[in-house]
Amino acid sequence: MLSVSRLNAFYGRAHILHDVSLEAASGEVLVLLGRNGAGKSTTMKSIIGIVRPGAGSSVTFAGAEMAGRPPHEIARAGLGYVPEERRIFTDLTVMENLEVGRQAPREGLAPWTPERLFAIFPNLGRMRDRPGGRMSGGEQQMLTIARTLMGNPRLILLDEPSEGLAPVIVEEMANAIRQLKQEGLAVVLSEQNLHFAARVADRAVIIEKGTVRWQGTLATLEDEPEVKAQYLSV
Amino acid sequence: MDFVLIQFLTGLSNASALFLIASGLTVIFGVTRIVNFAHGSFYMLGAYLAWTIVRAFWDWGGREPYLFVLGVLAAAVVVGLIGVAMEMTLLRRIYRAPELFQLLATFGVVLMIQDATLAIWGPEDLPLPRPPWLRAFIDIAGSRFPRYDLILAIIGPVVLALLWLLFHRTRFGILVRAATQDREMVAALGVDQKKLFSGVFFLGSALAGLGGALVLPSQSANLQMDLSIIAEAFVVVVVGGMGSVTGAFLASLLIAEVQAFGIVLLPKITLVLVFLVMAAVLMVRPYGLLGKPQAHARAASGAVEPTLRPAPNILGLAGLAALLIAASAPFWAGAYAITVLIELAVFVLFAASLHLMMGPGGVVSFGHAAYFGLGAYGAALGLRYLALPMEAGLVAAPLFAGFFGVVFGVFVVRLSGVYLAMLTLAFAQIVWAATFQWVDVTGGDNGILGVWPSAWAADKSVYLWLALALCIGGTLLLRRFVFSPFGYGLRAARDSELRAEAIGLDTARLRLAAFAIAAAAAGLAGGVYAYAKGSVFPTYISIPKSVDALLMVLLGGVQTVTGPIVGAIAYHGLFVGILQATAYWRAALGLAIVVLVLAFPQGIAGFARDRWERARGLEAA
Repeated sequence: MLSVSRLNAFYGRAHILHDVSLEAASGEVLVLLGRNGAGKSTTMKSIIGIVRPGAGSSVTFAGAEMAGRPPHEIARAGLGYVPEERRIFTDLTVMENLEVGRQAPREGLAPWTPERLFAIFPNLGRMRDRPGGRMSGGEQQMLTIARTLMGNPRLILLDEPSEGLAPVIVEEMANAIRQLKQEGLAVVLSEQNLHFAARVADRAVIIEKGTVRWQGTLATLEDEPEVKAQYLSV
Repeated sequence: MDFVLIQFLTGLSNASALFLIASGLTVIFGVTRIVNFAHGSFYMLGAYLAWTIVRAFWDWGGREPYLFVLGVLAAAVVVGLIGVAMEMTLLRRIYRAPELFQLLATFGVVLMIQDATLAIWGPEDLPLPRPPWLRAFIDIAGSRFPRYDLILAIIGPVVLALLWLLFHRTRFGILVRAATQDREMVAALGVDQKKLFSGVFFLGSALAGLGGALVLPSQSANLQMDLSIIAEAFVVVVVGGMGSVTGAFLASLLIAEVQAFGIVLLPKITLVLVFLVMAAVLMVRPYGLLGKPQAHARAASGAVEPTLRPAPNILGLAGLAALLIAASAPFWAGAYAITVLIELAVFVLFAASLHLMMGPGGVVSFGHAAYFGLGAYGAALGLRYLALPMEAGLVAAPLFAGFFGVVFGVFVVRLSGVYLAMLTLAFAQIVWAATFQWVDVTGGDNGILGVWPSAWAADKSVYLWLALALCIGGTLLLRRFVFSPFGYGLRAARDSELRAEAIGLDTARLRLAAFAIAAAAAGLAGGVYAYAKGSVFPTYISIPKSVDALLMVLLGGVQTVTGPIVGAIAYHGLFVGILQATAYWRAALGLAIVVLVLAFPQGIAGFARDRWERARGLEAA
């Protein structure tokens, strides 16, 4: 469904991503693992087009080339993006935040409505008219995912969804991601927390210094302590 | 009490028109981050178009009120479409350019619209014929109050309510509010920014056009409407908080009431009053009444400020050659050429002083003409009241301007971005208003005459040498500052305030010092200019003069020290010299500005440097 090959990205003259290649199949949960600053967020931003991929990069999604297209076209093609910083519209209410994310229904997918989303994120349903700025971090995290789902994506990019959340909320988040998978969505998430990743993901890609170092199933990763030690332990 | 009520109502009706214009400006700024100078021109076009359309309707169906309403709305729609046309053809190409470039581009549009209006409607003021129902009065507390003004007073709150509904009850409005906060995220959610921006421009421009059309019955359409309203509209937007419609409403009430009562109670300082209110509000609430700190725009990828480096030797030699040619002018050129060369020397220093603030200082002054004018007035007032000779006057000029640079700078350096630019504009307008209205001291509009050089410098050639010595000397001194530890500290403070403070730099103080030095240098330029002309006028401090300085710096390129010098020579020598000879010089200048902004977003010198370094295989910064 999503195929990234030889993705390069730059901030000014700093070369951040070096020939990153990865694949995500439909219905699969793929996790990008790596330490802070490894290039996970930049990979996501380059896929969605907020960071412009360098020449020669290719990002194909559902058979079409996305590299070089503006973010709104990529989002409309069915690629949802949930940023690490959440970027809730703080002046807008929960319902208004959802409205900003709304797009036309996508063929073959049951369209998301606020009511269906509130079934997954029950907290949000109890604060429909609350401004985003007056919500807790965990509530904002749920809202930012729900907002992206309103665009009826086929694949959703989740940048560090468990970061800074209380353990109870992390549990809710893991459930939500499993539910999305059941709905038939492909999920690509980035994580520093291997335990969280192990509970939701099928496959992992380990990134360090902007380069893919390892990939395989999470079950295989369990058997490779030296890989874990080298790239993931703090 | 009747007087209070009547003045209050007058204030309300003025507030409505002001709110229509300011709300359009603030909505456009909120979403696109463009400070649209041409907004005042849209207001003016609204009045002219209403004059044409309403009269056409009346010719067809009689002078009926409903035809007036239709005509006003039609004028607003046409202006909205003109706004969209400007957005699509011009602004869409420069959304990623530095904000001052955008501002200059819209100023270019101001100039073009001025000449277009002049060409279409002619120079005369155009009043709308007023049928009896437009002239009716209503008895209020024993006084006669124009009924139309009362209706205007109601229109403001009505439009506010309609805008509230639009922004809270429609998808377009919700997207606009979301984009005001984080347009990149809105795009990542699948919203096409281009359509959103065009829609916002239609709305904002139509509001300005509506404002212009609605004031037509009480004022006639005239060619001064654009710049006279834009300064006030900026004040309202800044006082209300940029991007806040409700803030714009409160601020327009505040400003209009201050004006309505000020004109009766304090008639001598009406012009200053508005800007004093603004300065006072910004000191207490730096982001306006309902504004929020602007989210620190994360530098877009690659938008790192290039390093300022000394120019290659060959440029120094070229500069020396140019200086020698200029200094030898008395031996081969005529009197007019010498006058132009003196002006050039003055403007080189003026531009270089602004560059110190804008480039290394990162402080965009929108009212730099204030310090130029303060220098000129410092010399002239010294002559008038202390009988200072020229030698002392040229010392007094930079001191006088530098003193005010410190006083204003204390407030200015606490702000950043657009608010800072607007506060510098406000201070410049205060100075301008003081010179214009304080007739007893400054001579008002008539200026101060007889500011002539001392006998030894009375000869034009000698004065040219003096001007070159002072202005080029001053410019070289400024350059020395840029490459001194002071200049490095200043640039560190610009690039990362937190890190600069963490290594022990007092950033506010550094900026204040830069502000004062730049003001003093501009003051010296003003002093030299005053003695060259023999007179000083309030126009030295006008908005167009500040724009001149910005144009010189930006056209030359803010990223190089040579830039402002090249810019001053190119702007003053070429544009003013050649373009003013044509009948429609404003339109030609405006077009030139727009083309230059589109073609050289780095300025002429920045462009040349890139080419030069690329040709020599060096990596561009």
